[in-house]
Amino acid sequence: MTHAPAVELDAVGRTFGGRAGLDGVSLRVGRGEVFGLLGPDGAGKSTLMRIVATVLPPTSGRARTLGLDTVEDSTEIKRRIGYMSQRFGLYSDLTVTENVRFYADLYGVGPDFRNRRSGELLQRVGMLEFSGRRAGKLSGGMRQKLALVCALVHTPELLVLDEPTNGVDPVSRRELWKLLREMAGGALTVIVSTAYLEEAEWCDRMALLHGGRVLAAGRRDEVAGLMSDAVLSISTSAPARARHLLSDSGPGLRAWAWGDSVHVATASPEEDAARIRSILSGAGMECEVVRVEPELEDVFVAAVGDWDG
Amino acid sequence: MAEPAVELDGLTRRFGSFTAVDSLSLRVERGEVFGFLGPNGAGKSTTIRMLCGLLRPSAGEGTVAGVDITRSPEPLKPKIGYMSQLFSLYDDLTVEENLRFFGGIYGLPHGELEEALPPALRKAGLEDSAGRMTGTLPPGWKQRLALASAVLHGPEVVFLDEPTSGVDPVTRRRFWDRIYALADGGVTVFVTTHYMREAEYCGRLGMISRGRLIAVGTPGELKGRVHPGGILLVTCDDASAAAGRLEGLAGVEDAAPTGSGVRVVPAPGASSGQVTSAVESLGLGDCRIETTEPTMEDVFVSLARRDSGGEGA
Repeated sequence: MTHAPAVELDAVGRTFGGRAGLDGVSLRVGRGEVFGLLGPDGAGKSTLMRIVATVLPPTSGRARTLGLDTVEDSTEIKRRIGYMSQRFGLYSDLTVTENVRFYADLYGVGPDFRNRRSGELLQRVGMLEFSGRRAGKLSGGMRQKLALVCALVHTPELLVLDEPTNGVDPVSRRELWKLLREMAGGALTVIVSTAYLEEAEWCDRMALLHGGRVLAAGRRDEVAGLMSDAVLSISTSAPARARHLLSDSGPGLRAWAWGDSVHVATASPEEDAARIRSILSGAGMECEVVRVEPELEDVFVAAVGDWDG
Repeated sequence: MAEPAVELDGLTRRFGSFTAVDSLSLRVERGEVFGFLGPNGAGKSTTIRMLCGLLRPSAGEGTVAGVDITRSPEPLKPKIGYMSQLFSLYDDLTVEENLRFFGGIYGLPHGELEEALPPALRKAGLEDSAGRMTGTLPPGWKQRLALASAVLHGPEVVFLDEPTSGVDPVTRRRFWDRIYALADGGVTVFVTTHYMREAEYCGRLGMISRGRLIAVGTPGELKGRVHPGGILLVTCDDASAAAGRLEGLAGVEDAAPTGSGVRVVPAPGASSGQVTSAVESLGLGDCRIETTEPTMEDVFVSLARRDSGGEGA
């Protein structure tokens, strides 16, 4: 089977009362991918997802979902995708099974297929034994899983999830990603947005967004390639003091706290590693300086600039 | 030596037959940045509410800034500050009006309020925006104003509830610079967060699970204690299938498929060498195995899972 890409955006823009929510975004999401839209609040993630899900038309450019135009073919697209917005509607006074049935009916899924499919999905997310529980009585992590089942019950080709891990604790978050990775591939493409940049690890490909624009897109290593500077990690017994010493040591050293260590971004790692060692030993501090792979957070800071220590 | 900022001994809170917080003992020194972590429903909020004097403990003892939290909360109020994720600022008040309002709530006398305003505005980088409507501020500015409002009255202990959720990394780093400056000045900062990057910024962390404090230490100590052999990254084709096969293996606590392979968490007591040979025995074909540092998220997930007997939260 040959397929059009799951999503194709060509210079897509969207303004809200003169303010650009999305500005000339071009992207391509292949079939079967787990694609991440990464960026802070206000970066344009939800706007992009709404356009892909055809609930919001673009004000410029062209968006295609499953090869169809998001404005002209909205009805057809809606039938073939699952969209979980940040306020996905679960009925708290209905049971788990009743919620799934409601969404199945909404999408016109026949009863035989519905029962088989919902049973499979509930088992897969480990919620079969909670089928009779009211949605309002579920934990946050379980509510997210139920929402996922509801969005998948009509066997969509594309699943669009707007910040499913927001406010969810790390255990449930990791479970959710695991589930998404297990289910994606082949017939199902998944687009997930998140403000947790480290969740890039769970995505096949991704776009890093800021201020309605794509800073970089591709595999994680490709996106990380946006940052030309190297990152040095400095371990000392007094990281706070080390950070101050390095930040105040004159031009060129951009230092920030990173757990128990200090990170420094630099265009000349060898030179600066030596300089750092001499600054800290001059202050009577022992230290270890190693070069580390930049995290997406480092990449974001480097790309956005605006760094004033 | 000064008395600790927070000292809890067997602090317990029951709701009916449910024990939300179970014999919690903890000591946090002055000037520490202490991160308080735990899964949803583990007892974090109940603990914070007791520490802020909003909820009486059922048993145990505790002091915050030297004030007994089992008694009347009134003497505690001027000594603590609280900032939540929802920044309870008034959008239709100006920046300065918000600061005045919160200064008043925390009981700052008028004269001291006048004195405290200019430096508070300066430290928050809002000196040129004092007359601006709060609702028109960018999110990062609001966040700085919320912090300034919580510390205007010069509290000894500040509670921050998921303070930087959703903000961009540049803004977050600036915010943390302010937090470190407060701590340098002797203020104790008590932070709750689900954001494990933020947890890494704390000097020391405590993790609560099912109402009990199950681990305390610096981020480095916890990583070393929970994952002494590090985490294994297995780069291979068809990561989902590989993860499925790895999950059943002895010595493997968890195997999660990533965008480029599998993140393998060794079980307690299993060396990374053991796990490496287990992975190799699968004959995954063309694969690469490397050891990496655990993240705070690895630590959190393992601690929570081990405490709940391997079940998900």
